[in-house]
Amino acid sequence: MLWACIHLPQLALDAVLRRTPDPDRPLALVSGPAHLRRLHEVNGSAARAGLKPGMRLSAAHALLPDVILAEHDPAAESRCQRLLAAWAYRHSSQVSAQWPGAIVLEARASFRLFGPWPRFEARLREELDGLGFTHRIALAPTPRAARVFAGLRDGFAVTSAAAMHEALARVPVRRAALPDRDGAGDAGERLHRMGVRTLGALRALPRDGLRRRFGRELLDHLDRLHGELDDPLDCYLPPDHFDARIELGYEVESHQALLFPLRRLVGDLAAYLSVRDGGVQRFVLRLEHEQDHTDVAVGLLAAERAPATLFELTRSRLEQAAIPKPVVAVRLLARELPPFVPPSRDLFDSRPVQALPWPQLRERLRARLGDAAVWRIAPADDPRPERAWRRADAGDDAPCVQPAPRRPPRPAWLLEKPVPLRDRHPSIVAGPERLESGWWDGDDARRDYYVIETAQGQRAWAFAPVGEQGSWMLHGWFA
Amino acid sequence: MAAVDAAAAAPSLDALLSAQTVWRAGRAPATAAGGEPTGHAALDALLPQGGWPRRALTELLLPADGVGELSLLLPTLARMTQADRMVAVVAPPYLPYAPAWQAAGVDLRYLEIIDADARGALWAFEQCLRSAACGAVLGWPLHADARALRRLQVAADSGDCLGFAFRDRKHAANPSPAALRLEHAEGAWHVRKCRGGNVPARTFHLSERTVGATEVATFPAPSRSRLPSLLRHREVAVAVACAGVP
Repeated sequence: MLWACIHLPQLALDAVLRRTPDPDRPLALVSGPAHLRRLHEVNGSAARAGLKPGMRLSAAHALLPDVILAEHDPAAESRCQRLLAAWAYRHSSQVSAQWPGAIVLEARASFRLFGPWPRFEARLREELDGLGFTHRIALAPTPRAARVFAGLRDGFAVTSAAAMHEALARVPVRRAALPDRDGAGDAGERLHRMGVRTLGALRALPRDGLRRRFGRELLDHLDRLHGELDDPLDCYLPPDHFDARIELGYEVESHQALLFPLRRLVGDLAAYLSVRDGGVQRFVLRLEHEQDHTDVAVGLLAAERAPATLFELTRSRLEQAAIPKPVVAVRLLARELPPFVPPSRDLFDSRPVQALPWPQLRERLRARLGDAAVWRIAPADDPRPERAWRRADAGDDAPCVQPAPRRPPRPAWLLEKPVPLRDRHPSIVAGPERLESGWWDGDDARRDYYVIETAQGQRAWAFAPVGEQGSWMLHGWFA
Repeated sequence: MAAVDAAAAAPSLDALLSAQTVWRAGRAPATAAGGEPTGHAALDALLPQGGWPRRALTELLLPADGVGELSLLLPTLARMTQADRMVAVVAPPYLPYAPAWQAAGVDLRYLEIIDADARGALWAFEQCLRSAACGAVLGWPLHADARALRRLQVAADSGDCLGFAFRDRKHAANPSPAALRLEHAEGAWHVRKCRGGNVPARTFHLSERTVGATEVATFPAPSRSRLPSLLRHREVAVAVACAGVP
């Protein structure tokens, strides 16, 4: 087995940066009690201006008045780690997020699919850049060694156990992620002060003495680091729903300003869906206000997972929705995640480049015009013309193919409600066709239908009360 | 001197002709045939491409609704839907009546109706044309200006789709980017413009309206055919009512 470790040195900062439109502006995370605010982390441009983690807030303001401040949120850190674990799960079946600020995944089994390590690594880096996370990657035969190397040198890869032992022997003890024993302080720091500078030197010490001074954990860690002891990891299991939230940090009242966080959310959803090899058919975009929230429901007729499609659909739904109050956070909730069936296309399909298959076009139309805007017609059994047809659902073909009962010719256009026919000298072409029906549901109809030609050459389908002519009610056009 | 001028001018004329930027009267257009058959032999004979122009907008100019505009199209729509091609009807002025469309041979599984207001309808019309998901799209761009029609024509071209725009006859006087314009007047269809050929002088009479004289003759007299079955229902109802009485 070969383990890749993705070290995320500034997860909390990235969690904030990736949802700000301009990540190059100086930004700092602030933590601590209200009277003792300190900088927790700073981004590159803030660091260049002289800001450092641990600095007092007042000092930071004196150095750089226009620095953007955001509250440090430890929960956001673990949320991002979970998201990245879900992302890594599509590259490997064994993923662990048990160490804070790092994702470990088994890589060797994935080489067949993604190509050899350099190509695989490049792909991981490219996707992490796309997701907006700073990262360091290393590869080693054991997960712990990979984690140590990732912290030491970005891009370090070692595949054989012998080479790994050699490299580990040179690792400084302070950087070997040695376990802490309760209350005794960092084992690495203590060993360093004792004069044991590298792991090689540490391994050369007698094990009994080490156990007495540092406890079993240190020896177990060393053995697991070198692959001499099994290292059971808490493997990541994907949840069966998607729930992500972006806090905006300021109040938003326009749709335009919501599009950027929305694109992030939908991108995360699409990444998550492709991991599960699933699609989404129904989800809720929740716009959170100070007190309550507004839900924008997005429902599709078929499962989708392409980020561009999902974003476009969600965007048009969002633009239809009214924002009654300022929005402080956006949350995307998807509980129903049905399997995704990709559309099959002919290999020699000669359709135009920008062709859009009908299901996608239908979603686009529904998103803008309303859920009920696209429909089909089907014949029905009732003799009354207004009931001799019905709307058919998109997924249900059966009513559309069922043949209508044989009747005299019917007009191609039907008026939803009959209206008086305005024509001075109509001439009767055919009729009457008497219709007496509907006594059983209280909507009794007794009419004589005629085909009438108007002065303009239109063929109308009109009815009159039984036994009468004149006072025509227009009910359809033979167009 | 004149001969010199002519010699200087001759190659430039050849260049113009070879660049095909000049249309020469009297030469048959190269784009004969290749149209989508209309299903009416007489109309096919009239049109330069032997049918509806493909990848283009066709404008139908009507004096009023119900003059036979659908009978003109239904054979085409029936053939398309039976070949599993989608037909979209964008914001129709009336309800497409399912029994009649089915009787005309349209496979209703492939007929989609789209509801929209005036602006949404124009947008939906263009989207459907452009998507290449539909074989034919019917629309009623009532207030569309020349620019909107131009967009529709381009959309139909890029989506490889037949677009049918129904408009009022008063627009016949205005120029239009549509590839084919048919106007209904005095009970006949007049070709007002057709790309790729001269406008034919003959008109086209739609002989078979949905209600033909032959069909009218077979109309039943005031129908009481449902009466026996109704009576049967009533008897059953009575029987049930009696059964309910202890």
